[in-house]
Amino acid sequence: MKSFTVIQGIAAPMDRANVDTDMIIPKQFLKSIKRTGFGKNLFDELRYLDEGKPDQSCEGRPINTGFPLNFPRYKDASILLARENFGCGSSREHAPWALDDYGFRSVIAPSFADIFFNNCFKNGLLPIILSEEIVDRLFKEMYATEGYQLTVDLAAQTVTTPSGDSFGFEIDAFRKHCLLNGLDDIGLTLEHADKIRAYETRRRAEAPWLFDVVK
Amino acid sequence: MAKTLYDKLWDAHLVHQSDDGSALIYIDRHIVHEVTSPQAFDGLRMAGRKPWRVDSILATPDHNVPTTRKERAHGVSGIQDPVSLIQVKTLDDNCDEFGILEFKINDERQGIVHVVGPETGACLPGMTVVCGDSHTATNGALGSLAHGIGTSEVEHVMATQCLVAKKMKNMLIKVDGKLGLGVTPKDVVLAIIAKIGTAGGTGYAMEFGGQVFREMSMEGRMTVCNMAIEAGARAGMVAVDQTTIDYVKGRTFAPKGDLWEKAVAEWKNFVSDDGAHFDSVVEINGADIKPQVSWGTSPEMVVSVEDKVPDPASEIDPVKRNDMIRALQYMGLEANQPITSIHVDRVFIGSCTNSRIEDIRAAAEVVRGRQKAGSVKEAIVVPGSGAVKAQAEAEGLDKIFIAAGLEWREPGCSMCLAMNADKLGAGEHCASTSNRNFEGRQGYGGRTHLVSPAMAAAAAIAGHFVDVRTFN
Repeated sequence: MKSFTVIQGIAAPMDRANVDTDMIIPKQFLKSIKRTGFGKNLFDELRYLDEGKPDQSCEGRPINTGFPLNFPRYKDASILLARENFGCGSSREHAPWALDDYGFRSVIAPSFADIFFNNCFKNGLLPIILSEEIVDRLFKEMYATEGYQLTVDLAAQTVTTPSGDSFGFEIDAFRKHCLLNGLDDIGLTLEHADKIRAYETRRRAEAPWLFDVVK
Repeated sequence: MAKTLYDKLWDAHLVHQSDDGSALIYIDRHIVHEVTSPQAFDGLRMAGRKPWRVDSILATPDHNVPTTRKERAHGVSGIQDPVSLIQVKTLDDNCDEFGILEFKINDERQGIVHVVGPETGACLPGMTVVCGDSHTATNGALGSLAHGIGTSEVEHVMATQCLVAKKMKNMLIKVDGKLGLGVTPKDVVLAIIAKIGTAGGTGYAMEFGGQVFREMSMEGRMTVCNMAIEAGARAGMVAVDQTTIDYVKGRTFAPKGDLWEKAVAEWKNFVSDDGAHFDSVVEINGADIKPQVSWGTSPEMVVSVEDKVPDPASEIDPVKRNDMIRALQYMGLEANQPITSIHVDRVFIGSCTNSRIEDIRAAAEVVRGRQKAGSVKEAIVVPGSGAVKAQAEAEGLDKIFIAAGLEWREPGCSMCLAMNADKLGAGEHCASTSNRNFEGRQGYGGRTHLVSPAMAAAAAIAGHFVDVRTFN
């Protein structure tokens, strides 16, 4: 996994609540057996005016010019500002894959759905929870200032605006450690292999019906 | 100290607790389907890893499989959509390579993962169950800790048999009283989502308790737990009782003989203790719940069939008001129009929420001896598994549907998420027994209304939504 330390980038809006993972990446693109290439279909039904098909080039498709991500001012955005309950619905990890592939490194919202939130950390994408009031303020500043950039510092756990105002955010110590260092958790978990085996041995004796049945 | 059901399930599976609050939880059962697993298998191969415990995994293709008999006749190679075909084929290849038991496309045990898990006894009370699918909470009806995971976690569980987790908070949804006639588990869970919202359960493990759930069948409990995620909760669950034990007994992978007695003794402990602490408690009177119909593009946008489409003008919160306006626009509805005035173009009875035998029976009961309205272009009934299909056919339910002008299909996820050929056209309204009414979910531009199987069946006959309680 790629590491996340400090990023500074253009912020773009996704100004509605309950953005679901079907909206982030519609189901027809889930047929891919790869982890990459989802960026061109991020928010497909909002970005384009026609129905997207898997394995299709998006060049020449009719663009929805009313959708903010298509505005020139948000080109090259790497931070997405969003509203409450972002990423609800399906567990598809294709949602963070699509955001990452498009170029986003962080999503800032007042709240996230649990599974999406969790999936982000596995992909070097940082979801940041800030209060509704602060998020609202960031939205207003972003709309008012073309080229509005935010700086996210994971080590310091801060989001800083162009005027220098800084907002702190919370993050689990373990997740922070993994993101800062780009660590893959399978390797970390396997450091506890003896404990897993010990647990298994005990359960095999206590509850043998859990083992060797489905095969 | 008094513990909740979730506390007990957590404690029973805790392998390692770190000082930083994260923990390793042992996973007993891992269910796998074709959409969220290929990248996980690739990850294993790239790292030269093998599944930690192959016998913990059960696979079946469901999301992409076609549901017409014609397309199913030739098995995998008969799948017309080349991209779907590759995905189903990839699951077969991966399961063969790693030695994982898979119910392949035309195996009579194939079906929707969350229908197959409980009905085969692969998922049992007291277990931890995961699957790369957010509706895994369905299995919580058995008194298990079951939830969806992402593909990286699918790989993690395969490689380590554990999940890195942080303990969630406890929420109790208590529904007491008696449900009225014609009010189903689907209406109960939609009413819960209407009350607490789609983010109401975020961060919580949600236990469903109270008289309504004690009296509910196992399949009904599955419908309710299935939609816990639509209320924001990754895991939904119901305590083990005699209904649970009776349901599990005799199933293919359930323990037998002496082991059965031993297992039952352990399972009976999987209930919340008296006085256990819940961080949040929501109480609802079951007698107040009416048949529900969603009108918008989020499961919380739902009202009773007696109501009217809400008016954004009466919403104070500007973000919510804008969402309502956008939803009405997408759905092609007017504020204040009666729900019963909404015409339906298609009807879908199926999905991991409502495709079990009791659902099929309830729908058949409504359409028996009647005819689908001419204005309804298509009404499909998609059983959740080969076993459900066989049972329904043994009861002659397929014939009732066909005689009424509905279609009887082969098992799969079908129009719930329209990854196969079953989908809505742009602008079409659908009475759907599925779980999500998101924009485009059932087809590009499609308009989903979430309802119970009986309400969907009644809409198929009437051509618009009707109150099934008074539908003659």
